[in-house]
Amino acid sequence: MALNSLGREIPERYAGRALTPYRDPFSLTPSGLAAPRPITRVNPGANKLVGSLREAIEASGLKDGMTISTHHALRNGDYLLNAVVNEIAALGIRGIWIASSSVHPVHAEIIPHIKSGVIAGFQCGVNGLIGELASKGELQVPIIVRSHGGRARAVLEGSVQIDVSFIAAPCCDPCGNLNGYFGPSACGSLGYAQSDALHAACVVAVTDNLVPYPAVPVVIPQTLVDFVVQVERLGDPAKIVSTTTRITTDPVGLQIASYASQVIEASGLLKDGFSFQTGSGGISLAVADKMRSAMRRGNIKGSFGCGGITGYFVGMLEEGLFSALMDVQCFDTEAVRSIGVNQAHQEISADLYANPFNRGAVVNRLDCVILGATEVDCNFNVNVNTESNGYLLHNTGGHSDTAAGAKLSIIVAPSIRGRLPIVRDQVTTITTPGETISVVVTERGIAVHDRHPELKEELIRRKLPVKEIHDLQKETCRITGTPRPLDFEDEIVALIEYRDGSIIDVVRRVKE
Amino acid sequence: MGNFMLRRSLLYVPGNMPSMLQNIPIFNCDAVIIDLEDAVPLSEKDAARHLVKHFLMNYTERNKELLVRINPLDSKWGYEDLKVVLPALPDGIRLPKADTPEIVERLDTLLTEFEEELDLEIGRFRVLPSLESALAIINAVGIANSSQRIFALAFGAEDYTASMEIERTKGGEELFNARTRVLWAAKAAGIQAIDTIFADVNDMEGLKAETELAKRLGYTGKCLVNPRQIEVVHDVFAPKKEEVDYALQVIEAIQRARLLGTGVISLKGKMVDAPVVKRAARVLRTAYAHGMVDTLIDEEAIHGAQ
Repeated sequence: MALNSLGREIPERYAGRALTPYRDPFSLTPSGLAAPRPITRVNPGANKLVGSLREAIEASGLKDGMTISTHHALRNGDYLLNAVVNEIAALGIRGIWIASSSVHPVHAEIIPHIKSGVIAGFQCGVNGLIGELASKGELQVPIIVRSHGGRARAVLEGSVQIDVSFIAAPCCDPCGNLNGYFGPSACGSLGYAQSDALHAACVVAVTDNLVPYPAVPVVIPQTLVDFVVQVERLGDPAKIVSTTTRITTDPVGLQIASYASQVIEASGLLKDGFSFQTGSGGISLAVADKMRSAMRRGNIKGSFGCGGITGYFVGMLEEGLFSALMDVQCFDTEAVRSIGVNQAHQEISADLYANPFNRGAVVNRLDCVILGATEVDCNFNVNVNTESNGYLLHNTGGHSDTAAGAKLSIIVAPSIRGRLPIVRDQVTTITTPGETISVVVTERGIAVHDRHPELKEELIRRKLPVKEIHDLQKETCRITGTPRPLDFEDEIVALIEYRDGSIIDVVRRVKE
Repeated sequence: MGNFMLRRSLLYVPGNMPSMLQNIPIFNCDAVIIDLEDAVPLSEKDAARHLVKHFLMNYTERNKELLVRINPLDSKWGYEDLKVVLPALPDGIRLPKADTPEIVERLDTLLTEFEEELDLEIGRFRVLPSLESALAIINAVGIANSSQRIFALAFGAEDYTASMEIERTKGGEELFNARTRVLWAAKAAGIQAIDTIFADVNDMEGLKAETELAKRLGYTGKCLVNPRQIEVVHDVFAPKKEEVDYALQVIEAIQRARLLGTGVISLKGKMVDAPVVKRAARVLRTAYAHGMVDTLIDEEAIHGAQ
């Protein structure tokens, strides 16, 4: 065991791999070459179409112990991962690693295959029941949680080698040109699938909307696709809607949003060329709404909106408040509509979005990002992975990527959640290091990281309720009491990888 | 003007809801009115007043004016409300159904008794009477002058329209006479006037229009039923930038005048004297509360050194 720079105990090895403890956000530098991919040849008249998912798996050469991937653009509406794993199990293949871009509650269907040994581990974070069972010690498989940028990095550098990538392709032609814009399962951006298409040894495009050649616009080209297979349905696009996509009406949430928007105005970043990312939660959207008003009022023309894109950002693009949207993932059906028709609604890969090991990612150009938290500690370290019961329930998403990239990273969270204070002595799990967080905004006050003394001064000048984060904690604990710490076993159920591949924390089994 | 206090927004909070009481410190309204009357069901009257008492006792870092709306004094709960809540030191009492000066005088006497018993300064507890019936509107002038504790008159349109047997409309034409009479009584007594609630919490345009009307007539604040209404009301009551700039010029001009030994001076061809200065001072204090100016104007700037 070694301590990383945030004081977390990191084992030397996990799942057969030597680990590098996290040190700081920016200094770890890669060397060597990008991961190779076998080259091949497809001659005129060759046919990539195969009859079924099972035939595709057979044709791909998938064997025991190999790694597969899917993308999560259909989120909780995805049918494909379950279908692929069921077919793999039926073929008697075992020991498969899953390196999807994310796993959602809908994929709880594969739990029996984890228990039976068809699935050997997860090279990705998990949302929902799988993480909960792992935290309880009921699933004995390794889980390596990565940010979106971190996953793209791992695939690009070859630390995760995908043997077969199954790409849900809402619009696809028989040669494998594909996009996510059209068809009954249209999900918009295929940002997460693009790195897989470039680096997986074999790429299978799975579609429920086979169109005559050529499927345009070409997002992933035929040059990268080995096989094409038709299925009845890829998923339910109504379920791609991420959490909530409506502005909160809760007065506490609106108070937080109001403070957050005043922080942005005080930062001096809100001017022509402003770039901005929010999630899809009710508070984030309320901040976006206030920014929209402020931009209209100040006649400000922003540069780009980024990240998971909602209809709200589409509205801002169409109103001319942004000159472009950089979209790695569509969060609702309005965003899906827009990406198919708006030229300035640009699809971006997870690599371009957030990979720290390339020649510059979009997050590095962000002025401001609004992020959530389940817990924050007095050093501004943030947890989004585990809940107050210690269970691994959420994936990292772009949290640590955007926090590192943006000039101003703002955490918005109610001071009390489920009767527990949001600010803790120690967070259960560190997802994002405090040195990449600028401000924590709650309804009871605003805590500013020491890295931003001028901003702090300006907020005080504007009479905003600036508080030391310790005082914010004390104030909240006067209402809630001090929570009893959770008890954990020594057993590690998941690694939390920082975006550069170093280990920022581990998740341990909860003592029941 | 010495005890000027901004009261643009007075937010009602039900006294029987711990989750809402707990959030009182976080909202940036100027005052809250913790309600023991209409918002609290009969079965919870007793529990609510104890909850409110404990909330007030634990709310040590007070950041807004705290009023408690007790039940009417002629109900079986009114006196008990005072007895339980006053030791926890609210700033004042909102008195419902203040139909006559005598009702307010009775409250005044009770408050004095409690102040003596609790060893507090006499007059510590302020009073905000609700004028919410035809009788109260007729008696407005007498009520406004019935107690030194009264800092404002509050108009209550819901009960008023009920007493008039009419419907309340969003246009508010039916309220015009009553609103005006409350205002005259308040202004004549040198106290503030607080407008009634706007019940539709999803109609921000309607709220804005009604608040603008109230401001134009002379009201200085409004009662609110939801924290979401605070921002709209503050925006309406915020002085315009031109008003602030002009007020700053007025203060500068009058200070210049005093150096010259006079209390009157011309600013851009208009006479600046005491009433103009007084109005400018009011604008600047409101501007300060809105963060539009950095320093609070001091008395000496307004009145000159003694």
